[in-house]
Amino acid sequence: MEYIVEMLGIRKEFPGVLANDDITLQVRPREIHALLGENGAGKSTLMSILFGLYHADRGTIRVKGNEVHVTDPNVANDLGIGMVHQHFQLVHNFTVTENIIMGNEGRFVLDVKSAAKKIKELSERYRLSIDPDAKIEDISVGMQQRVEILKMLYRNADVLIFDEPTAVLTPQEVHELMGIMKNLTKEGKSIILITHKLREIKEIAERCTVIRRGKYIGTVDVADTTQQEMASMMVGREVSFKVKKEPAKPGEVVLNVQNLTVLNSRKYEALKNFSIQARRGEIVGIAGVEGNGQTELVEAITGLRDIVSGSIKLHEDEISALSRRKRNELGIAHIPEDRQKHGLVLEFTVGENMVLKTYYQTPHSKNGFLNEEKINAHAQRIVEMFDVRSGQGIYSPAGGLSGGNQQKAIVGREIDMNPDLLIAVQPTRGLDVGAIEYIHKRLVEQRDNGKAVLLVSLELDEIFNLSDRIVVINSGEVIDVVKTEETNEDEIGLMMAGIKRGESR
Amino acid sequence: MKIKSNALAMALSAVLLGLIAGAVLMAAIGSNPFLGYTYLFRGGLMSIERVGNTFATAITLTLTGLSVAFAFKTGLFNIGASGQMLMGGLFATIVALTVSVPRPLLLLFTILAGFAGGAVWGAVPGYLKAKFNVHEVVATIMMNWIAYWIIYYVVPAYFKGAYLETESRIIPAAASLKTPWLDSLFRGSYINIGIFVAIAAVIVIQIILKKTTLGYELKAVGYNRDAAEYAGIRVNRNVILSMVIAGGLAGLAGTTFYTGYASNIQIGVLPNQGFDGIAVALLGATEPWGVFASALFFGLLHSGKGFMNAMTDIPPEISDTIIATIIYFTATSVLLGRMWTFLGRLRRRRKDESDKEVQK
Repeated sequence: MEYIVEMLGIRKEFPGVLANDDITLQVRPREIHALLGENGAGKSTLMSILFGLYHADRGTIRVKGNEVHVTDPNVANDLGIGMVHQHFQLVHNFTVTENIIMGNEGRFVLDVKSAAKKIKELSERYRLSIDPDAKIEDISVGMQQRVEILKMLYRNADVLIFDEPTAVLTPQEVHELMGIMKNLTKEGKSIILITHKLREIKEIAERCTVIRRGKYIGTVDVADTTQQEMASMMVGREVSFKVKKEPAKPGEVVLNVQNLTVLNSRKYEALKNFSIQARRGEIVGIAGVEGNGQTELVEAITGLRDIVSGSIKLHEDEISALSRRKRNELGIAHIPEDRQKHGLVLEFTVGENMVLKTYYQTPHSKNGFLNEEKINAHAQRIVEMFDVRSGQGIYSPAGGLSGGNQQKAIVGREIDMNPDLLIAVQPTRGLDVGAIEYIHKRLVEQRDNGKAVLLVSLELDEIFNLSDRIVVINSGEVIDVVKTEETNEDEIGLMMAGIKRGESR
Repeated sequence: MKIKSNALAMALSAVLLGLIAGAVLMAAIGSNPFLGYTYLFRGGLMSIERVGNTFATAITLTLTGLSVAFAFKTGLFNIGASGQMLMGGLFATIVALTVSVPRPLLLLFTILAGFAGGAVWGAVPGYLKAKFNVHEVVATIMMNWIAYWIIYYVVPAYFKGAYLETESRIIPAAASLKTPWLDSLFRGSYINIGIFVAIAAVIVIQIILKKTTLGYELKAVGYNRDAAEYAGIRVNRNVILSMVIAGGLAGLAGTTFYTGYASNIQIGVLPNQGFDGIAVALLGATEPWGVFASALFFGLLHSGKGFMNAMTDIPPEISDTIIATIIYFTATSVLLGRMWTFLGRLRRRRKDESDKEVQK
């Protein structure tokens, strides 16, 4: 048996989109096979077909050499195919064991004890170190992911599909996950890894299948292929990882935050006496581990959160008491951290979303009536300029777009407002290299046009790539402000842990 | 467009399944369902007068349905259309009984008063929701009973009827929404100029939702409160406004009911039409014209059931059961949607197989 899973000539069409066009994927037993493609390239569709969530219009699927019809996920389960979803499907107030046996309880008698025993065994065998009796809400995201993995193992899955597993993990957890994946293949499992992070593919995958815009591009041996080569296969052109930019020419202060104190949702001080400045023509990066006050800082500046004390000035105007709308109008644009929660109304069309902050202004409306023509023209322009791809263009519901295209739409909308201050929070989270390159270019372009850009990111690569100055934040306090060219990742990493320059470890 | 045609298919299949369930029930009690349905539909349609009555019933249902549907667009569940209807009816009745101005002006005042009464009754839960996050379902139900008891005391105390303590005085003909020319057109049915109020309301709500910045804001708040807040839309103001308009619509329903369909207001009755409005809104997919269509259909069932009962042994409750069943099917429209896709897939598979046969 050369291949454990084969998908041959798969085609799937959605209204207006050819998601998969003659795609072939052949996975060998015991290998980690990466599936690489941009957002919206058709990776998820392909895996959903394998998992029985969608049905291919054409093509055959073979598992362990036999042709199969995967009509629904139960069939996939029986065939030994399991999927670790990007968004975990766990009941938070249930224990690990309860979550794992859910849907597999057996009849009449719920035998939690022997299930817990089996889970413990599996956990030890694959070195997952999971406590079967812990409640989901009490364990970390990384652990929750392991519960998802265990769920598959408990159901005797031989082929595990990981859908962008590292998107939600800290660097440390990513490292551990890679170890787990290697263990799994050692124990005889095969893994399909959906990702667009080339570094990870290089690190653990043996082979890699690349798809682009629904088409099969090729399968390569990872060891013989550089990241550059894989990136160009994926995007269809040469990609540069580094953004080209001239030295910054900072001008007058645009944003001036002084001695700001803000409470978080639990009423603890999220920011203590916090001060930063951002000038015209510079990108200020805020580096820090998640949950150290970045979110509250952005919310305070944009008006989503009340401040306790301190001042926030845009140019010379104190804005901390103004409404959100007023702040928008004064020239603050905001690419929010969570694109689906804050950035878009998913039920609205792309076109409607493009005027989310400007629908009430001329020319988008007059005397309270929307001007559909003008709105559509406006939206069309942004969609074209930022290459937002969707089935029915500006008439597609925003919820139907892939994550990358949703993000491009938001970035387009905010940049198009021509703000004096652009706040970009995790602007490229979950995006592929092509889209990242593009968005980075636009952010630098904003800087070069004399705007102030405040970049909040958890990715140090991104901070270093873009920022002219880096503000390191820890527990709601500024640890230090450094020029990018005068520091390095190690130093920033230490500061993120709260250790100031010159202090001994 | 696709979503809309889906909603239509869903609504029609819910209606069909409801009717089938009704037929089964009729058969189960030993009656002939075909005969039953013939009389049910004839009862609502067979004469111009009965058509008028169907319309007259649909007027109130359209307005309460619109009320529920409109609040729904802003993510609010308005269970209080009954209470809002009562308050609208009370305000309208008070104006009709006490104000003496020329008839066109008087009708205008009555209608405006009705709207205002309902609007106030919607505003309170809206305010509580916006300010204190009190769930609107709880608040609107409470408001229903407050309205009920207010009527219970205010009507006998100030507007007692000539013979009965339990109802208000009859409003003067000049203040009634009933009008001679509609009367003669529909041969003395209950229909009144409320029908124009209802149609105007459908059009206005349609325009608000589709064409105005207000509708844009309301929908943004309803679909995604966080995104609306992020965009600088005043969420609380929109929640209150949505309930004010929803309440006003139910108030209009009360106006058309108490000063059009009827000619006085009774105490001790919480009008059912408020709750039926939920069904009307659901079946109409919370779209204004859908609401109008489903109100007509429910109006037909309501006005036909008496005739069916008179002509056969089938109790009028069967027609209520049909309505209830339709609501169940509408509420489980997800299942109906799945059924359609399943049938589609079955058909496609069969086609595939026959294609393969041909190829062999």
